[in-house]
Amino acid sequence: MKNPTSQNSLLFPSVSIKSLSHYFGKGTNKRRILDSISMKIYPGEVVILTGPSGCGKTTLLTLIGALRKVQSGDLNVLGTELQGSRRRERQKLRCQIGMIFQGHNLLAFLTSEQNVQMGSDLLNGYSYSERRAQARQCLRDVGLEDELNKLPHDLSGGQKQRVAIARALAARPQLLLADEPTAALDSSTGREVVNLLKKLSKEKACAVLMVTHDPRILDVADRVLKMEDGRINPAI
Amino acid sequence: MNFGWIDKRRIPLAWLLLTRQPFRLFVALAGICFAGILMFMQLGFRDGLFDASITVHKLFDADLVLISPRSKSSISMAGFPRRRLVQVMAHEDVVGITPVNWNFLLWRNPKTLSTRSILALGFEPNDRLFTDSNLSRKAKTLTQYGRVLFDERSRKEFGPIAKWFREGKRIETELAGKRIRVTGLISLGPSFGADGNLITSRETYLDLMPNNPPGSIEIGLIRLKVGANPYMVRQILSRSLPKDVKVLTLKDFLEFEKNYWRSSTSIGFIFSLGAAMGFVVGCVIVYQILYSDVSDHLPEYATLIAMGYKLKNLFGVVAREGFLLAVMGYLPAYAAGQGLYALVRSSTNLPVAMNASRALFVFFMILFMCMISALLAMRRLVDADPAEIF
Ligand SMILES: Nc1ncnc2c1ncn2[C@@H]1O[C@H](COP(=O)(O)OP(=O)(O)OP(=O)(O)O)[C@@H](O)[C@H]1O
Ligand SMILES: [Mg+2]
Repeated sequence: MKNPTSQNSLLFPSVSIKSLSHYFGKGTNKRRILDSISMKIYPGEVVILTGPSGCGKTTLLTLIGALRKVQSGDLNVLGTELQGSRRRERQKLRCQIGMIFQGHNLLAFLTSEQNVQMGSDLLNGYSYSERRAQARQCLRDVGLEDELNKLPHDLSGGQKQRVAIARALAARPQLLLADEPTAALDSSTGREVVNLLKKLSKEKACAVLMVTHDPRILDVADRVLKMEDGRINPAI
Repeated sequence: MNFGWIDKRRIPLAWLLLTRQPFRLFVALAGICFAGILMFMQLGFRDGLFDASITVHKLFDADLVLISPRSKSSISMAGFPRRRLVQVMAHEDVVGITPVNWNFLLWRNPKTLSTRSILALGFEPNDRLFTDSNLSRKAKTLTQYGRVLFDERSRKEFGPIAKWFREGKRIETELAGKRIRVTGLISLGPSFGADGNLITSRETYLDLMPNNPPGSIEIGLIRLKVGANPYMVRQILSRSLPKDVKVLTLKDFLEFEKNYWRSSTSIGFIFSLGAAMGFVVGCVIVYQILYSDVSDHLPEYATLIAMGYKLKNLFGVVAREGFLLAVMGYLPAYAAGQGLYALVRSSTNLPVAMNASRALFVFFMILFMCMISALLAMRRLVDADPAEIF
């Protein structure tokens, strides 16, 4: 696939990791979870990360998502150096990253439209009605224009996950992180959701890093990374 | 349309959190309402008591008042020589005086024949006693011996005097063991010290109280020339009079009575404590509700942090919840307070009423209560860890 910005992409990766290590526990219980990982993700790329349970995939995702402090190594996300970063920088960076969780993590007391608008409300310089229009557009993009006023409680699993995708995209992120987005879905719904994710991210030139155990959806990826014991094996 | 100031508007999370959990909202509002009503009632009773203690005092037509320094309150008035009051006439600014006797006597209910103590005022029927000019007309009937004017707002335990009087019945009963007759009604109102009042002539009064030295009075009313400064006159008088009397301005006289109830009794403390209890109970309820609300939504708050919201935004949500609860809880408490005040007024004749300062005070206490609780509940938000929700 020809990427119109491939020249720039090569110069400015969305995510750039150099010998990143991470440890949990203290003293004798201290365990190395990530072992000097290095990799790059470019704008518009869809990268899938797979590997056995407990190998550190989620830990890597939370580090890239600026949800954890970097312990050692370099981690640069969308131009922000996370090693030694301030709280405020991490918060600003999180606004530019869309996140999709295994459980949909929608706000139970908000309708789909309001949930998605929680994403577009993060955009600066738009009026309330513009942000609401953005939320509606995102719900239309995931095919849920008829479920605007339903609470998450009244939606099916696949619909909830689609709302979650709409919410992640409503903030116009440059990077999308998804942790097993299909885990709670049956295989055909899972397939639909992943296809949607890929289509929308390509349209918006948004890099995607997706963790999955599901071998049937590996084919949507531009690149598949295999992780084992805190290391990333050479790309396939 | 794109106005800069509209841009900031966001989804009203606090409002939706509250209204989409109606049961929790109801419990919180019931708690706040309860606390508010308790505060309204306790503070209302307290202020009502202090106001009720001067229902008679504030009617006196006087600029200055003479009392004995041994008098502690309306329920323990000591006598002083009437001469002292006559002496103040020497001052050029004094235009009138009224000697008043003041004591509690036993009244026999003419219907049930049980007795109860009533506040009796004795004065010369031709003197000016109250600012209300109606009295001087009625007072003429007192010149005959053994006549009294009965306070129609006295508690009903004294008998259906007002009703009988209006029906034209001749009302005779016993006061301090002597026969008297009611020849008119006045409207004063009961106080905490006195359940009922009556007015009679000095002559009748002295006959009812044979042990009272005839030259002794409990209260001396002094009226001044228009434009005279009561504070200056008081200074001059208290310097010239012997130490067996005290000169007070009318305002000080009212304060003197209120102060007794405020400081010499624990009534003020008890009612304030009651109000404080309401405050504390309200705090506990609102804190519990907000704390469990934050705890229940912790994963959602963590999600918001992961999306890029600031912790400050989330603090704002909880603070707004507290504010909304305060406003929504206050309104019914205010309405209930009004209703209960009306009930208290009609059943006890106590002058308990809503006033702006108490309405504001209770509102700020409720607001304070909710904001303190919100502040404490916010501490739980720090536990929202976005790294744990993947
Ligand atoms: N907060 C934590 N404290 C201590 N150890 C942790 C913590 N979070 C994860 N671990 C450990 O780190 C290792 C990697 O966890 P991680 O969640 O990254 O695995 P994963 O690859 O996402 O696994 P899965 O596919 O099952 O989700 C696991 O052995 C886990 O027990
Ligand atoms: Mg995981």
